[in-house]
Amino acid sequence: MGSTQLPPGTEETLAATTAAAAAPGEPVEMVQLLGPDGKLGTDPVFSDYAKRIDPEKLRVFYTDMARIRRFDQEATALQRQGELALWVPLTGQEAAQIGSGHASQSQDYIFPTYREHGVALVRNVDLAELLKQFRGVSNGGWDPRENNFHLYTLVLAAQTLHAVGYAMGIQRDQKLAATQDSTDSKAAVIAYFGDGASSEGDVHESMVFAASYNAPVVFFCQNNHWAISVPTEVQTKVPLANRAKGYGFPGIRVDGNDVIAVHAVTEWALEHAREGRGPVLIEAYTYRVGAHTTADDPTKYRESAEEAAWREKDPLERLEKYLRAEGLADEAFFDQVDADGDELAKYVRSTTHGLEVPDIREAFANVYAEQHPLIAEELAWFEEYSAGFESDEETAN
Amino acid sequence: MATMTIAKAINEGLRASLTKNPKSLLMGEDIGHLGGVYRVTDGLIKEFGDDRVLDTPLAESGIVGTAIGLALRGYSPVCEIQFDGFVYPAFNQITTQLAKIHSRSLGKLTVPVVIRIPYGGGIGSIEHHSESPEALFAHTAGLRIISPSNAHDAYWMIQKAIECQDPVIFFEPKRRYWLKGEVDVENAGLSEDPFKAHVVREGTDATIVAYGPLVPVALAAANAALEDGRSVEVIDLRSISPLDFDTVEASVKKTGRLIVAHEAPTFGGIGGEIAARIGERAFLHLEAPVIRVGGFHMPYPVAKVEEDYLPDIDKILEALDRSLAY
Repeated sequence: MGSTQLPPGTEETLAATTAAAAAPGEPVEMVQLLGPDGKLGTDPVFSDYAKRIDPEKLRVFYTDMARIRRFDQEATALQRQGELALWVPLTGQEAAQIGSGHASQSQDYIFPTYREHGVALVRNVDLAELLKQFRGVSNGGWDPRENNFHLYTLVLAAQTLHAVGYAMGIQRDQKLAATQDSTDSKAAVIAYFGDGASSEGDVHESMVFAASYNAPVVFFCQNNHWAISVPTEVQTKVPLANRAKGYGFPGIRVDGNDVIAVHAVTEWALEHAREGRGPVLIEAYTYRVGAHTTADDPTKYRESAEEAAWREKDPLERLEKYLRAEGLADEAFFDQVDADGDELAKYVRSTTHGLEVPDIREAFANVYAEQHPLIAEELAWFEEYSAGFESDEETAN
Repeated sequence: MATMTIAKAINEGLRASLTKNPKSLLMGEDIGHLGGVYRVTDGLIKEFGDDRVLDTPLAESGIVGTAIGLALRGYSPVCEIQFDGFVYPAFNQITTQLAKIHSRSLGKLTVPVVIRIPYGGGIGSIEHHSESPEALFAHTAGLRIISPSNAHDAYWMIQKAIECQDPVIFFEPKRRYWLKGEVDVENAGLSEDPFKAHVVREGTDATIVAYGPLVPVALAAANAALEDGRSVEVIDLRSISPLDFDTVEASVKKTGRLIVAHEAPTFGGIGGEIAARIGERAFLHLEAPVIRVGGFHMPYPVAKVEEDYLPDIDKILEALDRSLAY
């Protein structure tokens, strides 16, 4: 993947870019490469990173964005049909998630919120596993260590501290590896959170700790403009990316609907972290096109004109325009993407119906890692109680 | 055998763990060069360096939250919360995250984090420095809660806590930090299992259950009762979660009377839980209701009146009299 050396002058250029600490109400610089018109622009730092993305990779970006959007639609439908208790749609945020997810390397560890379905896809988490949580059969079905993709965290911002601690562990692993004369691959951590969570104290504390210990962590904030019904303006009076300055590390706002820029900026940030230069905050400026969750009704708090304006900035459409204009993808490619989407939808639907309901004994078994007498006592009671019903049934039969 | 204070015993126990396990580390406010406000970690930063003994930013949620992340990466962090009353900023991380990660990952992840908390009153301190919040944590499944009352236990229990794969909250009786006792650093003996209660004095007429700072008080009360010809058994609970009801039950079946003493308020407290369970397990053996001695339902009072608040020998003897009067 990426080179370990930053291009000459990168730090200085970035300093100039991110130093535009806008006062309240002032505009802030935003890194954008692929505009809504499908035209590729340039950036003094990140164009070099964008050049690393070959046409095949671009087609993968498009395929993944289309797949996760289709998955999102299918999961929303499943919720409407009563198959899922709740769904958390990501539509609109595909570029932010697919772009950043693809910038990560296998040894990097990801701490998602509960909406990072796109990142999960990139990290090869079985999408059916995501549905377990929303069908009420599991609180997180996958093994986080298999793909270095942590379980979803539902208490806002709690995972940002876990991410920093994990990154502190990576730092110590490298030192231990050095003393043991072995080569441990350099790794970084991504902490995902949103504009709403940015108000939580844990985000502040995580940034303080990350800065103090120079931890290899990238804070990836998807500013999707709405924390359920409250707009970003209530959470912050300055662009969120500018908050990084207060902690003493770089903050970059990137067009979150531009998958090329998101990938370039995240790749830069992860290299920065892996090379021991410390944390980075990325604010991916995007929009939650749908509801916060299926329990929400956006018509109560925002104008449809706003939604329409953001639909014009759609992340898939602009990449499609670019791929077609540059002759990088033909009609057959897009037909295939649609066909794959249909297959995925079928898979998701059939898998959801087949998800097994666990036994409550599984819950008893996992409260503690080691023996616990109260668990044993309550389980024994439950077994005896349950057995009573079984013998009643036998008598009745 | 060596004679040392409880504070020194914890220090030595931490030193032993840091030596044995290269992935164990300490983190907290002022625990490095100062050695902690009670000097429990005195000298450890010199010996193990600042990668293993971390003076953290002043943020309790940050301490516990990053400890969770370190544990997920394979480390065994031991956090110090400076005082009992300052644990609340970390309450969310402890109860919604630390306690649940093993369960919600279906056992795939373990988070062997230890949280040391100096707790309890009797030191004439200012607000928020004398509290006993153990019941708040005992109510949360997924956590283990233990509290030593003597130096030997302190030395061994802290090491067992660090070895345990579950999160452990280690409540340190701060007014007993300077209490000296014999420590066998070669053999844990009865301290091997930190989750079992100990009968620290045998008796036949009544049982007093206590833990942490009140164990010496319970023993003194038992001594005083002997002068009146009463033979009182004393149990040092040691572990609050899990709670060794078997040992308490066996004692009550022998004595027929039970007094539970803790500094925490009685309402919604550990004493009530013990009373209920013993009622279920040994109802027909009880000669009197289980009587609780503990704090009042009020914020911990100002230091000049804390003597009226804290359980002492007289309050325990009064409870004993009430029990024996049935």
